[in-house]
Amino acid sequence: MFPAIVLAVPLVLSGCAGDASALDPAGPDARAIARLWWVMFYASIVLFALVMGLFALVMLKPGAGARLPEGRWILWGGLWMPVPVLMALLVVSLVQGEHLLAREGSGDALRVEAHARQWQWEFRYLDAENRPVTVDVLHMPVDRPVEVVTTSEDVIHSLWVPVLGGKIDAVPGHRNRVRLLADKTGNFGGLCAEYCGTGHTNMRFRVLVHEPEAFRALLERGFVE
Amino acid sequence: MTQTRGGQSLRLHRQLSAIWGTGPGFARLAAVNHSVIGKRFMATAAIFFAIGGLLGMLIRTQLASSESPFMEEGLYAQVFTMHGTIMMFLFAIPMLEGLAIYLLPKLLGARDLAFPRLTAYGYWCYLFGGTMLLAALAFGVAPDSGWFMYTPLSSRVFSPGINADVWLLGITFVEISALSAAVEILVSILKLRAPGMSLARMPIFGWYMLVTAGMMVVGFPPLILGSILLELERAFDLPFFDPARGGDPLLWQHLFWLFGHPEVYIIFLPAAGAISTFLPVFAGRPLAGYRAVVVALIAMGFLSLGLWVHHMYLVGIPHLALSFFSAASALVAIPTAVQIFAWLATLSHGRPRFSLPMLYFFGFLFIFVIGGLTGVMVAMVPFDIQAHDSHFVVAHLHYVLVGGFVFPVLGAAYYWVPHMTGRMPVNHLAKPAFWMIFVGFNVTFFIMHLTGLRGMPRRAHLYPAEPGLEWFNFISSVGSFVMAIGFGLLLLDFALHFRFGRAFRRNPWQARTLEWAMPTPPPPYAFASLPHVEVRADTLHPDRIGAELAAGQGYLGFVREGRMETLAVEAIGGRVEQVVELPRPSYLPLFTALATGVFFMAMLFKVYVVAALAPLLVVALFLRWTVGRGRRSDSGPEDVGRGVSVPSHFESRSAPSIWAMMFALIADATLFASLVFGGLFLWISAPGWPTPVMPQPDGIATLAMLAVAGLGCLSAWRSIPSGGAGRLAPLAFTVILHAGTMIFFAWSAAAIADPTEHAAAATVFFALCYAALHAAIGLVFAGYGLWRAATGWVSSVRLLDLRIGLLFHLYAFAAAAITLAFWWLMATLGGTGIPA
Ligand code: HEM
Ligand SMILES: [Cu+2]
Ligand SMILES: [Cu+2]
Repeated sequence: MFPAIVLAVPLVLSGCAGDASALDPAGPDARAIARLWWVMFYASIVLFALVMGLFALVMLKPGAGARLPEGRWILWGGLWMPVPVLMALLVVSLVQGEHLLAREGSGDALRVEAHARQWQWEFRYLDAENRPVTVDVLHMPVDRPVEVVTTSEDVIHSLWVPVLGGKIDAVPGHRNRVRLLADKTGNFGGLCAEYCGTGHTNMRFRVLVHEPEAFRALLERGFVE
Repeated sequence: MTQTRGGQSLRLHRQLSAIWGTGPGFARLAAVNHSVIGKRFMATAAIFFAIGGLLGMLIRTQLASSESPFMEEGLYAQVFTMHGTIMMFLFAIPMLEGLAIYLLPKLLGARDLAFPRLTAYGYWCYLFGGTMLLAALAFGVAPDSGWFMYTPLSSRVFSPGINADVWLLGITFVEISALSAAVEILVSILKLRAPGMSLARMPIFGWYMLVTAGMMVVGFPPLILGSILLELERAFDLPFFDPARGGDPLLWQHLFWLFGHPEVYIIFLPAAGAISTFLPVFAGRPLAGYRAVVVALIAMGFLSLGLWVHHMYLVGIPHLALSFFSAASALVAIPTAVQIFAWLATLSHGRPRFSLPMLYFFGFLFIFVIGGLTGVMVAMVPFDIQAHDSHFVVAHLHYVLVGGFVFPVLGAAYYWVPHMTGRMPVNHLAKPAFWMIFVGFNVTFFIMHLTGLRGMPRRAHLYPAEPGLEWFNFISSVGSFVMAIGFGLLLLDFALHFRFGRAFRRNPWQARTLEWAMPTPPPPYAFASLPHVEVRADTLHPDRIGAELAAGQGYLGFVREGRMETLAVEAIGGRVEQVVELPRPSYLPLFTALATGVFFMAMLFKVYVVAALAPLLVVALFLRWTVGRGRRSDSGPEDVGRGVSVPSHFESRSAPSIWAMMFALIADATLFASLVFGGLFLWISAPGWPTPVMPQPDGIATLAMLAVAGLGCLSAWRSIPSGGAGRLAPLAFTVILHAGTMIFFAWSAAAIADPTEHAAAATVFFALCYAALHAAIGLVFAGYGLWRAATGWVSSVRLLDLRIGLLFHLYAFAAAAITLAFWWLMATLGGTGIPA
């Protein structure tokens, strides 16, 4: 019974979502982050229950906790409990972050420049001869990393594709890099995460993930249908 | 016996009230008393909380459905920006300042804070600055770039109206009150305690506020510098943040979060301090792990200054650097856990009783633990990639701020409002109000974790009409209305309390701290005589002590020449050291704040002539504060009762104002250090460096100026020990050297052809102006010293004015030398690249 509930929670909480949910990943990076989230989520429930349980104990059963000397309470609860948890978490996220945020491009990645302006995304495909541009639509092949370099023409924007687990700011005067990797074809939502003025809400874009051949064909035609 | 003791108490009460009281009618505007100003701070902050809460409700109304036509995007931007700004700057910080101002002297056994007029000045600055922001909201020109005002969005190009100026100037105006309160709190805690109260015997709230105020002194200057730089960019086109001219928008983010992260702990710590004060009372035993908590606090203070980059994981900083900040952010959980377990340990070893403050402690624990856990989550770089700038973060920050501040403060209100009114809570509405707030809060904000992960960005007024988002947002909005009704009930409950609360005689909670050892509501002088503390000051017996003190059996249980006197102790050990004579009520704080306001308004409306003259008026008014303060003759040790005699603070080497000067200079130096950091940061990070438009310093002039700075230090130093008229010469010489320094730097700044051409020139220009300004202020200090010495307020014993001046002179000349070094550094680096 209990495992069933535990397994059902993620389904309920992430169900019924649109095409831009971080809990509904369409790529290995986003999936890894979602996994990290669920692990932290359950660990948090345990820690939260522990603290609140102790509080209930000391309030409702006076004297029950008095057998443990004060110093122990503080040492165990304040040091021995959090330190290992935090250490483990830090190591995991360090390794995972190193993998996700590897800033130098990998060899076979497709290179795309995302140029942001109020309030529009312009994607330029650097690997094609004539460097075609699409506006507010990012085409990409499935199963092949795409290295997106963000730049901005005016204010700070932030490129976010929740289902692929990628987010990076587009800062004027800087070039930032993010790697997107999809392992499902489909039509997903992308958006601007950093407030950038009155058009911020509508600064959304689509991410279309194609089969490799279909993508190559589109790229060659410069994305004109 | 009791008869005569009662009569004596009454007589003493009459005498003290006559000199400590605030007058009626208009004289209220002259109030400087900490009880009065503390309550004003808290009441004003409560009103801002209501306004901010109303704006929060408008946000939730807009977000109740996906395509809501309620607000258009421009208005929505003003609403969320003002909501965040009001809550952080006009509610949370002033509320904690008010609490500290009201409580600290009473907890520490002093009659008032160290600088009552400064308290009042801070209050007026807060009120006027806050009013500026509200007026802008009423006229529809409120700031609209988000509460952290990221530039270039907040630059002149993308925010051409006065909206952003209102924020930069209004908030800087309000920050004057934060800084002055911080300095005042630090000095009062370190000096104005009851005799015998060593730091180790201090009630724990004193430690919390000591750490908090210390963080404020170094936390606010980066923001103030950032605001000045951004305002200079907007008003005069100095390109500190413009990437096209060697600036960098990321500099703003660093300066803002250098302040912004400590700010969160600045808000949390006093609230936690309130808990650590009232929880032991309801546990029926002193706080467990007092030392562990103190160590945890200090650790938290230091750690929190090294976390700011966790707000900037996605701006393009290398992962290795991020990991460092990520680890530091996670580590902050440890001192927090130490405190939580110290509270649990206290309860487990006591006989806990449930009561209203404890109910709010429960609410705090429940909500804040969740906020802390999600805080650890967002500190993890991979997870933050998804959560950053989404509603997950909105949920997290409300769990931390509402859980970690609003709930403890409401608990504290139920605990201490009886102290202010002399009445007990009525208890009918309090519980329903609590549960509505608690349940409403969780419904509103817990769901936002989910909407955030489902891809809902913050600061968006519409969202896709997906059933998931739509339902979740709707439920969240319903929750916020439940919470709002709860706050309505709470208000009603307090109204009933004021009207119908049952009066009590003394110490209704059986507390063991000094603030209850006085009549309630407290008389303006707080203690009729000051206690001698021989044990930890949260294990006292206020009922017994209170009666003794009222009868004048402590220190200073008399009125001398109509003076307002309290005691200062040696900072660490708590030995009596000096008797401090406090200033009387005065309209000057109000006038000075008004003059300060003229400056800010003139800047806002770009009337730069007035803006240039107003500071002169402010300086003149501040000089007016000193008229008549001090002594014309040496008085030597004075009797303070209980057979002890100590010198007056005018004759002390460690008078409170000397400490205040030191802390003010630390804040000033932090601002300057932030500038130096900014210059180096631009060189490393901004596009457009190295640059040929780097102003070059002149070798000979630099050497000459260094010699002047050295001489300046020397001559300022010489003015202290020499007796009699001999000190006039070094003082006059100091005046001349400051004047020379000022001219040198003003001339150097003017010699920069065009500071708007490149951030390199602008940064150097700013540093030169900074040095010139300090020389100008030094000139005032030296001139003031000369005037005081010439008119007989100074002797070889009464050296306070000169000692304060000396500190400033040393700093100003050091700043001049560092400015020169900075200029050389920038000139050398600015012409070369970063070593690859
Ligand atoms: C009446 C209770 C409150 C409600 C209903 C509420 C609601 C909200 C909502 C919905 C947002 C997100 C706006 C958006 O991103 O579009 C928000 C932002 C914010 N809230 Fe609250 N809030 C409340 C109380 C507080 C309190 C007590 C504080 C602080 C002490 C606070 C501080 C903030 C801050 C700093 C932001 C960020 C503003 C920005 O993005 O510029 N709020 N609030
Ligand atoms: Cu945006
Ligand atoms: Cu932070």
